[in-house]
Amino acid sequence: MSSRPSALAAAVAVLERDLVLAARRPGEWLQPLGFFVLVTVLFPLALDPEPTRLRELAPAALWVSLLLASLLALEFLFREDARDGTLEQFALSGQSFTALLLAKTATHWILTGLPMVVAGPFAVLALGAPATAIPGVLLAVLLGSVTLSLIGAIGAGLTLGTRRGGALLSLLVLPLVMPVLVFGARATARAIAGDEMAEAILLLGSLGVLSLTLAPLAAAAAVRISME
Amino acid sequence: MLEVTQLHLWRGDRHLLKGLGFSLEPGQLLQLLWPNGTGKTSLLRCLAGFTHAEEGEIRWQGRPVREDRDEFHWQLAYLGHENSLKDDLSAPENLRFACALRTHLKEAQLRARLDMVGLGSIDPHLPVRNFSAGQKRRVALARLSLWNARLWLLDEPATNLDAAGQAVLASLLQEHLAAGGMAVVATHRPIDLPGAHSRYWHLPGDTLQ
Amino acid sequence: MNWTWLHRFGSPPYFYRFAGRWAPWFLGISIVLLLAGLYGGLVMAPVDYYQSEVYRIIYVHVPSAYLALMSYTWMALAAAIGLIWRIKVCHAIAAGCAPAGASFTAVSLITGMIWGEPTWGTWWIWDPRLVSQLFVLFFFLGYMALRSSIEDRDRADRASAVLAIVGLVNVPIVHYSVDWWNSLHQAPTLMRSDGPSMPMAMLWPLLVMIGAYTFYFVAIMLMRARAEVLRRERGGTWLREELARAA
Repeated sequence: MSSRPSALAAAVAVLERDLVLAARRPGEWLQPLGFFVLVTVLFPLALDPEPTRLRELAPAALWVSLLLASLLALEFLFREDARDGTLEQFALSGQSFTALLLAKTATHWILTGLPMVVAGPFAVLALGAPATAIPGVLLAVLLGSVTLSLIGAIGAGLTLGTRRGGALLSLLVLPLVMPVLVFGARATARAIAGDEMAEAILLLGSLGVLSLTLAPLAAAAAVRISME
Repeated sequence: MLEVTQLHLWRGDRHLLKGLGFSLEPGQLLQLLWPNGTGKTSLLRCLAGFTHAEEGEIRWQGRPVREDRDEFHWQLAYLGHENSLKDDLSAPENLRFACALRTHLKEAQLRARLDMVGLGSIDPHLPVRNFSAGQKRRVALARLSLWNARLWLLDEPATNLDAAGQAVLASLLQEHLAAGGMAVVATHRPIDLPGAHSRYWHLPGDTLQ
Repeated sequence: MNWTWLHRFGSPPYFYRFAGRWAPWFLGISIVLLLAGLYGGLVMAPVDYYQSEVYRIIYVHVPSAYLALMSYTWMALAAAIGLIWRIKVCHAIAAGCAPAGASFTAVSLITGMIWGEPTWGTWWIWDPRLVSQLFVLFFFLGYMALRSSIEDRDRADRASAVLAIVGLVNVPIVHYSVDWWNSLHQAPTLMRSDGPSMPMAMLWPLLVMIGAYTFYFVAIMLMRARAEVLRRERGGTWLREELARAA
């Protein structure tokens, strides 16, 4: 009998598999990004495009769009694998289920969250922010979107197999991620104004670390329950 | 090696499994021939560990399964109603990724196994979406036979299989049992395995010898 | 921990009898406390310097807010025990807490708005406490929505338990982030003084009202949980004997 692959090797295999699958359906993975850009564009259209007003609006527009687009993306984090039975096999593989799901969440973030992180600075520039704001905005959106994926995975797990899927997912996840919005928007506002943003970034970072430690366990528990 | 004692399972208000017990030794095949709706799938899923039995115990190699679930799962291969295949991947790719979690295998071994289940002549790059239902089932069977799992839990494995496919299933089972493996198979019609030690369980209320 | 006590509680017949016996007492005590508290707060307590008579709404608002949080905590703890030790009665208790808790939260928000209108001229102010309460309401609504959208009852129990626990961990974080957000621009707050800094004459009716609401909550929770147990155990023989005995 051959030996069991290490947890890391198994996680890498899941990552590779998901990337290969994504490469075969590139359109799906670009939808959240498209939604993000679209919603960000809608904000100035809903207001008058007076420069100082837009610049004040930029953090709110950026983060609300990021939140909504992430929710859209989260709907298909586990859905396909749950439907075709692959997720069940992960649970029975003898590998740490938490680690495998974390690998899936990481890949999902690379495909959906990372493009939005890259697009973030462009969005705030379009809303009148100075170029000096870019590093700060990048950092804030990076930390925020990782946390969103981690916490959102819990909601995705809980709503697997329920009829109302998408709307229920939003109802569950949005209250949980409100702190990310508060700290992230504040960090972005400070970056744009050129003020000291260390406090907000640290708070975002601590949320991120807390989520990384606890959220995967809750997500794994949620997915297991959906398979009962 | 697999011992089940006094297993009770409820689904909501329904008392599905009422104090079931049996044991299975290497080389034995237990065929569940229960009527539809009497809990075949529930029993298999409970053995696999998806659902928690309110009462009773499942022991593997003398130790309760709950003590080391990961080890038990590694020695277990489960096939449910779904094939657990990714439609966008080809058959060799499906096998490769599924095996990567379980074991170290060479590409040649995967190809050989696909040959054995009668899919060797198919384009290795063709996504599984284009396969017929029977062909997909064969890929799923090929997959679990590559795992060197000692216990197979199969829920109606012959679904969608034609006569040739059923012969493939039979030969895979033969090979598995001959190597000292054991299997619990839920099935509509008895699987004929000459030379294998088959036990037939017709009704959940029966006691097995 | 005394396991026998926990397991005894976990038995549906025991809990059914316990809840049936004690709920009326809790309800009775809560009514007595309610009357005492209302009299003390509405009649006896002195008029506030800044807010005159309007401040009296705290006698309904503060206990509701306090109970909203307490009932969520209680619900999450019951759900956690049910999840970890697989005790089904705990899930019935958690299910019983949710509607009551959501109502308390709603009352707290409505009385907050009623308080805010004459004081600040608008129906809603972004007071950190009100915003926190609003999110607690969302947590309750999410819990109830999740429960109702999963058909299998055991799965619904366990999934909503995970959600309740995640929510409980989140409550302090939400509370802190709202406070932090509020501190950035010093918006007006509803309660300028709370807790021990209040004069005794104003404080004791408040404590009595909190007590009244607590006993009321326990009574309601016991009654709802008992009804839930009744529904789940309707096939059980012990229930038939119990009802026969009561008849």
